[in-house]
Amino acid sequence: MKEEPEQTTRRNFIGWGLITSLAAFLGMLFYPIVRFIIPPTVAESSQNSVVAAKVNELQPNSAKIFPFANKPAILIRLASGEYRALTAVCTHLQCTVQYRSDFNAIWCACHNAKFDVNGAVISGPPPAPLDTFEVNMSGDDIIVSKRA
Amino acid sequence: MKKQSKILNWLEERFDLSGINKFIDKKVVPVHKYHFWYGIGGIAMFLFVVQAVTGILLLLYYRPSADNAFESVEFIMTSVRFGWLIRSIHSWGANLMIFVLFVHMFSTFFMKAYRKPRELTWISGVILLVLSLAFGFSGYLLPWNKLAYFATKVGTEMASLVPFVGKEILIFLRGGEDVTGATLTRFFGFHVALLPAITMIFLGIHLLFIQAQGMSVPPSIEEEYKKNPKSIKFFPDFLLRDAVGWLVVLGLLGILAALFPWELGEKADPFASAPQGIKPEWFFVFLFETLKYVPPKILIFEGEVLAILAIALGVVFWMLVPFFDKRAQLNKPSPLFTAIGVTLVLYIIIMTAVSYLFS
Repeated sequence: MKEEPEQTTRRNFIGWGLITSLAAFLGMLFYPIVRFIIPPTVAESSQNSVVAAKVNELQPNSAKIFPFANKPAILIRLASGEYRALTAVCTHLQCTVQYRSDFNAIWCACHNAKFDVNGAVISGPPPAPLDTFEVNMSGDDIIVSKRA
Repeated sequence: MKKQSKILNWLEERFDLSGINKFIDKKVVPVHKYHFWYGIGGIAMFLFVVQAVTGILLLLYYRPSADNAFESVEFIMTSVRFGWLIRSIHSWGANLMIFVLFVHMFSTFFMKAYRKPRELTWISGVILLVLSLAFGFSGYLLPWNKLAYFATKVGTEMASLVPFVGKEILIFLRGGEDVTGATLTRFFGFHVALLPAITMIFLGIHLLFIQAQGMSVPPSIEEEYKKNPKSIKFFPDFLLRDAVGWLVVLGLLGILAALFPWELGEKADPFASAPQGIKPEWFFVFLFETLKYVPPKILIFEGEVLAILAIALGVVFWMLVPFFDKRAQLNKPSPLFTAIGVTLVLYIIIMTAVSYLFS
């Protein structure tokens, strides 16, 4: 059986024109709104090194948190007097970790994760070790830099 | 169409919609030579919706503190996509809304729409205008720029002229003795929470009264209209006509925002001198200019105090006009009140023009 081609009436045509205009209008209205709501991406800090502390600021077997490229990092002075610097952002759910002098390790209070002073996971849920940074002395300053 | 009736059927099976249906079916708007003016209130309400939407959007990035407010608005205008557009529409929309409210108020005034039984609609409308001015005044400070800082300083200082409780009002408004970050936080609270809440109540009342009583036909054509009453249905005919007006206003806002983006100015500095040519927003300019001509002493009273009291009394008189205009209440022509209205319009226009042209 041969199908009759559907007739486009004037009413249908105008209706179609109205609906497409309305859709275009709504698109024009909501496009800037949606783009406005999406926050602009803030450029990641290109900071490669920072003065984390002064020499003698930290006692042996203690640590401090310092900002490095907009994120917290941790500088640890081991009992031996050596320094270690690592990111202080836990690889599990991004909590900020702390140094525990009672068991000489890095600890995350959120889910009881433990890392050794080189960033390796000792126990707990973190899927990856903490990134480590280079530590250098320059006069009175302790300088922490990203590894090349 | 079929889908729509299905939804309606679904709702009707659960709720009794006959009252609403009857109301929608019955509601009509008179058609006569002044019919055009019925749409102005709708435009004002449309602009209020635009202000609410753009205001909520700005809240996503705005930070109400003296340290961050200016920078956050700068961030909105330079870093957020279409931020300049949203902020400019909010600023232009605010000014346009107040202008439209004045037009709406004077058009209903000259058509004597305030006469019985619509006295309370008029009063709620005047209250809404005052609330809109408060929106304008509080919102002006929020970008924390120099002009707004000094305008707020001068504006709030006026409040201290009120006899007996002036000082208390000043401290309430400023959140302390001076305009500081505390004032900004306070004005932010007024602007985004307190004023919208009060406005919603009065807007609800205003609309309820209009819906309950319908549109007023001006007394000058009432007899003629009664002989040949013509009307259109509110839904959908009048609403669609209104929507065309809203579309034009939205287009106008887009053009103004794109061609004349609202300036941000310089960050406020409480220890800097007031900039030259400082003025309040245009809708306060006629009052600002008036105060310049008031002598420092009138008899034993301070001139400014008397002027502030006179302005306050004027607002109360204006609000209670339906009760003073006895002739209009009896449906008789009331040329005296028409003359008062014309004088007020001319006064506002002349004083505003004088301020912008000669000072």
